Amino acid sequence: MNAMGYLRSDGRKGIRNVVAVAYLVECAHHVARRVVDLADDPDVHLIGFPGCFPNDYALKMMRALSVHPNVGGVVLLSLGCEGFNRENLAAHVAESGRPVETVVIQNAGGTRSAMAEATAAVNRIRDTMRRDAIRVPIALSDLVVGTVCGGSDGTSGITGNPAVGRAFDRLVAAGATCIFEETGEMIGCEGPMSQRAATPEVADAIVASIAKAETYYRAMGYGSFAPGNAEGGLSSQEEKSAGAYVKSGTMPIIGLIKPADRPPLPGLYLLDVVPDGPPKFGFPNISDNAEIVEMIACGAHITLFTTGRGSVVGSAISPVIKVCANPDTYARLSEDMDVDAGRILEGRGSLDEVGEEIVAMVEAVAAGAQTKSEAMGHQEFILTYKAFEPLGPGCLPRAS
Amino acid sequence: MTPAVILLHPDDNVLVCCRTVMVGETLSIDGDDVVIVQSVELGHKLARCALRAGDKVIKYGAPIGSMTADASAGGWVHMHNMKSDYIGAHTRRASGGEP
Repeated sequence: MNAMGYLRSDGRKGIRNVVAVAYLVECAHHVARRVVDLADDPDVHLIGFPGCFPNDYALKMMRALSVHPNVGGVVLLSLGCEGFNRENLAAHVAESGRPVETVVIQNAGGTRSAMAEATAAVNRIRDTMRRDAIRVPIALSDLVVGTVCGGSDGTSGITGNPAVGRAFDRLVAAGATCIFEETGEMIGCEGPMSQRAATPEVADAIVASIAKAETYYRAMGYGSFAPGNAEGGLSSQEEKSAGAYVKSGTMPIIGLIKPADRPPLPGLYLLDVVPDGPPKFGFPNISDNAEIVEMIACGAHITLFTTGRGSVVGSAISPVIKVCANPDTYARLSEDMDVDAGRILEGRGSLDEVGEEIVAMVEAVAAGAQTKSEAMGHQEFILTYKAFEPLGPGCLPRAS
Repeated sequence: MTPAVILLHPDDNVLVCCRTVMVGETLSIDGDDVVIVQSVELGHKLARCALRAGDKVIKYGAPIGSMTADASAGGWVHMHNMKSDYIGAHTRRASGGEP
């Protein structure tokens, strides 16, 4: 791989160098969005948390996202009276060596004044981080790659997801860190999945996480199963699960992590996205981007998003590569799709060939090539209330 | 020529459509000619053999639910005649559990 990354103070390397403009309550969202719009720069991204009540998960997520290797500097937008601990977040960013400025709307003098102040801050930070950028070679072994599926249908489990599984096998073999998820979409797969665990402790953690997911979703009244899944030919949660699980490939699962946990070693991880404790704040992830944001908070440089029905989303901070499982969908939505995995059904390619194509695209995107969603300005972001307990002992691999 | 349906695992009792299979088409399923009585879309499932209510539906070599009504070979298998053994699914028409 012939690519140059951005070296960060913690040793990680970014594949993008973006300014994150972060609103810390919905009341500051408008000002933050206008600042990003006025910047008119694909490297200025909007992130944020809408709630006024403090939440440990949201703070942990925003801390992780603000020092993501793709982020070079941060502007925080606070209304002033919200519960979010802006001092904690700003100090965390500053400790990482990144430029950070906080604009408090109530202190700035209102909407227009805050917009002007924040726009000036974005310009200063962008100049600083571009001037101070340290470019270094980046290899597959430097990358964290996540995979998510959305808008799944009867083709997802046959083409797009197993092709990503082949790509994951190659990436892990090359020393990359790979993360797969949605324990709610692994209900029914806990047996075979736990047999792939690297240790008995990780196997136990996997089984427990799926049992938790089933309990949680049962309390919500639905599985992770949308109407479009049914229209696309999927008939049950476990059918969707079996198709989703093959995204993980065949490598050993060396650890189980939770949102905003950083994998300590290269290899394959399961991300447990279902909250701990009694169901409290609603559905674990209200839409696909909530999962993508959690992947990114774990350090994902790139997300491989497989879709059958045809999702069009991208993400703030890290590029999304869309792998289209359904040949009819690809024909309709090719402007949004990066990889045509549905061609396997038409006899125009094998799983291995599409898997290789996905790895080649990961390398190209890491080297700076834009994904379809990046080129069209997709920078979706969503973060909601959740509650997690810290990882249990034995969930992570031990450094040997 | 693209096959109309594929068998994902030898233990499966359903086939997956690689394209929309039209009513009146004749498909060869395990050597038998079967006339399709209802069009079935890409990605959906056909019964590989006659299935009875209560039978496990096997796909990828694994159970994906149970039949709630009978289906003949070549018949559409979906939420009208099968259901999850784990947790209810929802559609746009229903608020919980039932299609």
